[in-house]
Amino acid sequence: MSRDFAKLLFVPIIAFATSLAHAQEAPDVLVKRLAEETLAAIRADKEIQVGNPAKVKALIEVKLVPHFDTTRMTALAMGRNWRAASPEQQKELTEQFKTLLIRTYSNALTNYRDNTMTYAPLRMNPADTEVVVRTAVSRPGQAPIPLDYSMEKTPDGWKCYDVVVSGVSLVTNYRDEFNDIVKSSGVDGLIKTLSDKNKAPQVK
Amino acid sequence: MNESALRSKMLCALLPLLAVVSLAGCAVGPTKEDPYEPFNRSMFSVHEAVDGAVMKPIAQGYVAIVPELIRTGVSNFFGNIDDLFTGINGLLQGNGYRAGDAFGRVLLNSSFGLGGIFDLASMMGITKDRNDFGITFGKWGFPQGPYLFIPGFGPTTVRDGTGWLVRLEIGPVGYIPDIPLRNSLYGLGYVDIRQQALATESVVDTAAIDKYRFIRNAYLRARRYQLYDGHPPPEDDDDSAPAPSAAAPAAAVPGAPPAASTPEPTPPK
Repeated sequence: MSRDFAKLLFVPIIAFATSLAHAQEAPDVLVKRLAEETLAAIRADKEIQVGNPAKVKALIEVKLVPHFDTTRMTALAMGRNWRAASPEQQKELTEQFKTLLIRTYSNALTNYRDNTMTYAPLRMNPADTEVVVRTAVSRPGQAPIPLDYSMEKTPDGWKCYDVVVSGVSLVTNYRDEFNDIVKSSGVDGLIKTLSDKNKAPQVK
Repeated sequence: MNESALRSKMLCALLPLLAVVSLAGCAVGPTKEDPYEPFNRSMFSVHEAVDGAVMKPIAQGYVAIVPELIRTGVSNFFGNIDDLFTGINGLLQGNGYRAGDAFGRVLLNSSFGLGGIFDLASMMGITKDRNDFGITFGKWGFPQGPYLFIPGFGPTTVRDGTGWLVRLEIGPVGYIPDIPLRNSLYGLGYVDIRQQALATESVVDTAAIDKYRFIRNAYLRARRYQLYDGHPPPEDDDDSAPAPSAAAPAAAVPGAPPAASTPEPTPPK
């Protein structure tokens, strides 16, 4: 009797705990957590504010990159040319594009100290596997800038595959460039263009 | 002032570019929105040269010498004039709600904010908005017209540029009778805009492969987004993208059938 009672009580608790451990952090919760943790890290560290490259890079690579689906971002930026690329080319493109994004974001990060974020309520159905998380960045004296994250559900949790700033999609903006380069110098030409750019000294 | 604010907003978060020209071979044909591309590109080069030699160093010097508190006051002062025009355009677009917020900001900041030097309204939660004659003309149905890059001014279109001329014509600074003062204010306003763009600019320099095109495309998309109040209709784009990650492995197999075409990233709603 008491055993049954224990079972009754504990089985659901164990099941519940297990499901919690596997439960995915909701996409809006994830975005908010990452944004706030990143801002806190910037505010807490003078060296990040002045752009210490090693620290900035560490912050981005450890905290943010794992939550981006860089392969899909690259595929979207390539558009129809993605399928024309061999698997090795796709891998190389993804690597170069990721490097470019990290460099870009590193450059931007140091400007974020005075930013505050606001988060719009998420509208999604439980079954959705793709959602847009809407936020806005405010800086003193300026109108807020809408910043939307396109998120997809993966076995490893929600991941971001596009960022849209004031209606300008990162991925789409690159698609125009990539398209033209592939047209004129092929997929290898694009890989070379990207890697040359990534090797160029960081502008300040 | 909205122009630069817009520019910095576009750039701010991610996108960037650099004078780069590793793209020598890149044959870029004029597009529908940019029929004068060759001309615009030469204007862009003029701008880069002159700006890099004169305006940018002035803006950098301004940031280095003038304390942040004062710079913020200057930005707020000109931002207060922007708010006035945001309100006027809200009215012209029949949007009393946006107009009311903007005029409320102007009243508050002009009085208790000491002529706009302090942005009290934002502290009280009346959020700053952007609006301008270019957007009003667009909502009234005027076509955008060709894209233009104007040295010393930046990216615009015939419609947006016309909006700016209207604004300069009726702007309050133009009514100041003391000509040296008036010109100083124009100069300070310019430096203020230019310094606001500095941070964004270095990001664009890093991000862009072809800086001219990067700025053009970002400008046109951001304006479109603004025109439709953040809900633009989907662009005509036959370039449908492959591959949510589920499809990626298939795409990685040479000769695999093309992945079923998948929808574009959800457009902003």
